Amino acid sequence: MSLATTYRISEPRPWRWPSLARARWLSPVLLLALWELGARTGVIPPRVLAAPSTVLETFWALTTSGELPRNLLISLARAGAGLGVALVLATTLGLISGLSRWGETLVDPLMQIKRTIPVLALTPLFIVWFGIGETPKILLITVSATFPLYLNLFAGIRGVDVRLVEAARSFGLTGWSLVREVILPGALPSFFVGLRYALGVAVLVLVISEQINAQAGLGYLVNNARDFMRTDIIVVCLVVYALLGLGADALVRTLERKALAWRPSLVEQ
Amino acid sequence: MAVSQPRLRRPAVAGPLQQAAEPAVRLSNFVRRFGDNTVIDGLDLSIAPGEFVALLGASGSGKTTLLRTLAGLDPAGGQDVKTPDARAVVFQDARLLPWKKVWRNVALGLSSGDARARAETALKEVGLGHRLDAWPGTLSGGEAQRAALARALVREPGLLLLDEPFAALDALTRLKMHELVLSLWREHSPAVLLVTHDVDEAIALADRVLVLDKGRIAAEERIALERPRAPDLRFQAIRRRLLGHLGVEAQSPHQDGAHGEGHLVAFPTGEVVL
Repeated sequence: MSLATTYRISEPRPWRWPSLARARWLSPVLLLALWELGARTGVIPPRVLAAPSTVLETFWALTTSGELPRNLLISLARAGAGLGVALVLATTLGLISGLSRWGETLVDPLMQIKRTIPVLALTPLFIVWFGIGETPKILLITVSATFPLYLNLFAGIRGVDVRLVEAARSFGLTGWSLVREVILPGALPSFFVGLRYALGVAVLVLVISEQINAQAGLGYLVNNARDFMRTDIIVVCLVVYALLGLGADALVRTLERKALAWRPSLVEQ
Repeated sequence: MAVSQPRLRRPAVAGPLQQAAEPAVRLSNFVRRFGDNTVIDGLDLSIAPGEFVALLGASGSGKTTLLRTLAGLDPAGGQDVKTPDARAVVFQDARLLPWKKVWRNVALGLSSGDARARAETALKEVGLGHRLDAWPGTLSGGEAQRAALARALVREPGLLLLDEPFAALDALTRLKMHELVLSLWREHSPAVLLVTHDVDEAIALADRVLVLDKGRIAAEERIALERPRAPDLRFQAIRRRLLGHLGVEAQSPHQDGAHGEGHLVAFPTGEVVL
């Protein structure tokens, strides 16, 4: 029966109208069209939601005036600083707890306790400690991104094939060279999962931390727009946040493709 | 590693000459316990430089423990274990690091500047000169095992430990690997300890076959046959004796005399299931 099916597939198919069954772009485009129509006919007033065309115009205006790029850069710097600190912290802690039993005993409980506290609940404490400047914003991102990085590096290290470690040991690799040549590369696929997750969380926490009395940045732009009921600017910023998320994902994908080229892929590229 | 006299370049048959040399490997009254379980119980073993020894035994007989001890992967616990400094293991699974290209796997742990050249030479020797820059994940089982052999030989080991290296290969590839191992052994003449549970493989390759049972050497058989070894009557006699030591009644599957064929029919994996 299955043989017959195979043969039928290989026969030339008669021409048909292009099917829309797989057109995944269709519903978003329809939604945009309805939204535009609603705005044009006055069903959706601009103070509720600006029309897509207005959003596009505002986007262009904000970009050419330099206002959007400037604030975007400030936000990116915040996220980058927070992530950078998180990366150093998580790698150090992940190595300590992944490579030794006592390291796990010392570090892991603290990380698990940290995990149970919602990061945003730390905001008031951070404001008391560090004021309302850059420090609490960056620290919130650091704290939120550290855990997924740490956990996945730890799991990756513990998941390294012990037979490979043993083989490498039998060829005289010890200490740091064993970590560098075998354990870290083995943990890398898992680490990238953590990195992807951390980037997502970093963008999320960036949004919220920028609501703390920001004088610049995307959050500042949104807050300002809210005060003047400029829904077009708010939507522009939403789109930018979405693009940031997409960009972060693309970045990790590229890194993965370069660093994990050795992995035979399950699905053809 | 102390070698007091010149080695035989082509030790076709194990002879008394090898016995006279200072042994490459020596264990005396070696004991290994895991908790209450005594895996190796007062084992004496000595392997001459350049000698090819096969170790037969059922699962749980202590073969792997012995090999791991000799490889330095398990602590000897202060007991008298003498091995050459340069040792190399080929495992049943090739255990190549998947994130390093083949030549880098072979060069793993080599510190000298000519590591690439040495890896290249070793890989050419096992017939993998064309796969230097391949990822290990793209190698076939036989190729991966040849790469593992190259990785072992590039270190010029005084003791080569083979832990059932052909068990996962198909019968034809396995025969080719036997030839390759023999020719590499003749070329480099390390002492070899081959752990296997394939009686025919042990007789075909080794100078001496040991049967391990409950952590002791239960039997020893010196194979004084010319290589390559056809499964003739003497081969059959040794085979029967070894199987007897392993507690298996020989059913003589080699009725037709052609090595492999009748055997393949009787045991599709080419192994005696113990």
